[in-house]
Amino acid sequence: MPEWWTYSAEDFLLFSPRTYWRLIERHNEALWPAQLLTLLVGIAILWFLVRPRPWSHRAVAGSLAVLWVWVAWSFLWERYATINWAAAYVAPLFALQAVLLASVGRRMRWSFDRTGRGSVALGLFLYALFLHPLTAVLVGRPMRGAEVFGITPDPTAIATVGLVLMAVGRWSWLLLVIPLLWCLAGWLTLYGMGAAESWVMMLAAAGTAAGAGAVLAVLSATRRPGQK
Amino acid sequence: MTATRRMFLQGALAATAMAMQPAFAKAQATPQAGAPAMRRIPSTGEAIPTVGLGTWITFNVGDDDELRDECAAVMDAFFRAGGGMIDSSPMYGSAQQVVGYGLRKLGQPKSLFSADKVWISSGSRGPSQIEQSRSLWGVPRFDLLQVHNLLSWEEHLQTLFAMKAAGQLRYVGITTSEGRRHDLLETILASRPLDFVQLTYNIVDREVEDRILPLAADRGIGVIVNRPFQQGVLLRRLAGQPLPAWAGDIGASSWAQVVLKFIISHPAVTVAIPATSQVAHVRENMAAMSGPMPDAAMRKRMADHVRAL
Repeated sequence: MPEWWTYSAEDFLLFSPRTYWRLIERHNEALWPAQLLTLLVGIAILWFLVRPRPWSHRAVAGSLAVLWVWVAWSFLWERYATINWAAAYVAPLFALQAVLLASVGRRMRWSFDRTGRGSVALGLFLYALFLHPLTAVLVGRPMRGAEVFGITPDPTAIATVGLVLMAVGRWSWLLLVIPLLWCLAGWLTLYGMGAAESWVMMLAAAGTAAGAGAVLAVLSATRRPGQK
Repeated sequence: MTATRRMFLQGALAATAMAMQPAFAKAQATPQAGAPAMRRIPSTGEAIPTVGLGTWITFNVGDDDELRDECAAVMDAFFRAGGGMIDSSPMYGSAQQVVGYGLRKLGQPKSLFSADKVWISSGSRGPSQIEQSRSLWGVPRFDLLQVHNLLSWEEHLQTLFAMKAAGQLRYVGITTSEGRRHDLLETILASRPLDFVQLTYNIVDREVEDRILPLAADRGIGVIVNRPFQQGVLLRRLAGQPLPAWAGDIGASSWAQVVLKFIISHPAVTVAIPATSQVAHVRENMAAMSGPMPDAAMRKRMADHVRAL
């Protein structure tokens, strides 16, 4: 791209905020009540993190892989590509993430570890699952415009970053590349639209991660005397 | 807008007459009281309304039926106000489809001047992209095709000139925006027989006044002005300021009309293409074509005033 330094985030925005938020609302309406199902999947993953079973690691990786393919097809390919031609090129990357989860991810241990890293990671996952959908309401949009884990890319990517940070296994960093790239792209889109969500999302994610870390620190401090 | 023999003869006569006048005067069409301002396309003398309709962002609404109908309503108001040129591009997401939807809904208005672009890095794939664009618009052929942002411009210009020679296209142009690649733009304007150049120009972005606009006028190339409101940024900035008293002298009742009148009163400018998704705004924009236009002294006053805000 010639003179690329003269372009700003706004220059890459092909649609208006109103068109974008209506697209999310229409997507939710078309898929309802799938949001409840993906939320249940998220809660099940949360349960497996704190009460892992021998088979639950594969279940977590498999569930995530299915959700990434689902978001790639139902949102990026079928919905978002109608207003953003770049989404058609991103959808295969989401499918690749699903393949990585099903191949690399199935050999990893997906469980919560009471460390600083584990707490931040759990905070990110909790934010994506329970708080991210509420940002729509926080900034004055209707609840039907909520972005839900497993339905739209932003919370799915944030949740995956949190989960991968908790997981242990070779090549786990590979599973971070695409979600982090999407988080950057998603944030730039919101920033380009001048959407308050861009900052709300960042602050809330950071706050939830820091809060989870603080809770763990308090729990660790209160447990130490008993451990002696 | 379909070319007829009469239109061709009128254009030829006008072009002959214009050739005997100073460069900037070439583009002026004779104004009539109460009628929307028209400008002649320098290469043919065909007159077109000086305010068109852009589709960047505003018409990219995907398959949202409610928003598609709103866009069709904007197009309806545009044509009812005497509008002609609608400009789009394959780069604008679903905008071409939405224009096509509106044209079908409105019954293919006769005054349409269809302007689209070719935007693909492969020169050999240009014709298939153009055909796809034509199909999305639902028009028999485009009036104007432009090379978008100078992408693969040499190969695409060959294609477009060949289409024009074969009668598949009436006008050929190139585009840029936000002041990018003006050096190359100058080279192309000076060396190729273009009908149109599209660029960014408004009351605060005036770099093109120095070299590009005089060159276009000198070469007999029509000028299409994009982003007249800086994608709304300029109007949001001006919204908090009171409309100056002199706005009444040029028949402007809003900042949007002040800005548009400044642009279309430049002698080298053929048409400005503001984009909007609101019927009220398109009516306001089209009204800028009516009433008195600022002269050189008033244009300087307008620019000085806005710069001082």
